[in-house]
Amino acid sequence: MNHVVDILSWSCLLAGAFFLLIGVIGLLRFPDFFTRLHAASVIETLGSLLIVTGLALQAEQALVIVKLILLIVFIMFTSPTAAHALAKAALHGKLEPVTSTEDNN
Amino acid sequence: MNKIPHALSLGISLALLWLLLSGHYTVLLLALGLGSVLLVVYLGRRMDVIDHEGHPIHLKFKPTLFYWVWLLKEIIIANIDVSRRILSLRSDISPTVVKVKSSQKTTVGRVIYANSITLTPGTVSMSIDDDLILVHALSAEGAAALDEGKMDRHISMIEEDY
Repeated sequence: MNHVVDILSWSCLLAGAFFLLIGVIGLLRFPDFFTRLHAASVIETLGSLLIVTGLALQAEQALVIVKLILLIVFIMFTSPTAAHALAKAALHGKLEPVTSTEDNN
Repeated sequence: MNKIPHALSLGISLALLWLLLSGHYTVLLLALGLGSVLLVVYLGRRMDVIDHEGHPIHLKFKPTLFYWVWLLKEIIIANIDVSRRILSLRSDISPTVVKVKSSQKTTVGRVIYANSITLTPGTVSMSIDDDLILVHALSAEGAAALDEGKMDRHISMIEEDY
């Protein structure tokens, strides 16, 4: 039983780390601010979700699991707000998004 | 509008959060916790920020839970799609800016819709103008999927007039 939980937990942690890595690669590869924002949202959604799930499976007390679930809830509420604030600030600062019709490198 | 239920609900959720996170249950600390909960509710009322927007207790409970599960599924699908586009060797993105119509009647409903769009990787809501949300999408396919309005209909189901 313990082994099954351990394997599940490590799969979640490794998959989470994999998605963090993908997010960083996207952050470096994508051409402009707005497309990079999409790469960053991979990190803050599935990346953080999988890592916290992996940690919750390692927890021995129920209270720790509740705290980790709260953490996910707070991340899910705050990260889109922050992303929207960034996008709106960029738009307000007259940053033109690169669109597929003009340039696609 | 009567704001007492919102203040009560805020006080109860703050108290529950305090009890869960503190882990100390001596009389002194419980009294300090109660004091801080009351202070926060009092300050919130003075600032007039306790209302149906800060604490949307009017949303239907069961459809909201159902929506969260559906949104989680959408987030996972969108993550895999964006990851595939990041890793593909030749450039596989077609950034698009679209205006999406939101059918929600209330401000809270529109905020939930715009935030859900941002939370799903591949689409970010850039600004809201009345019932039109300006969305930046990583791919033309993502923009088209949003235009079908599936997420919009799901959110309209959980909002309730009050």
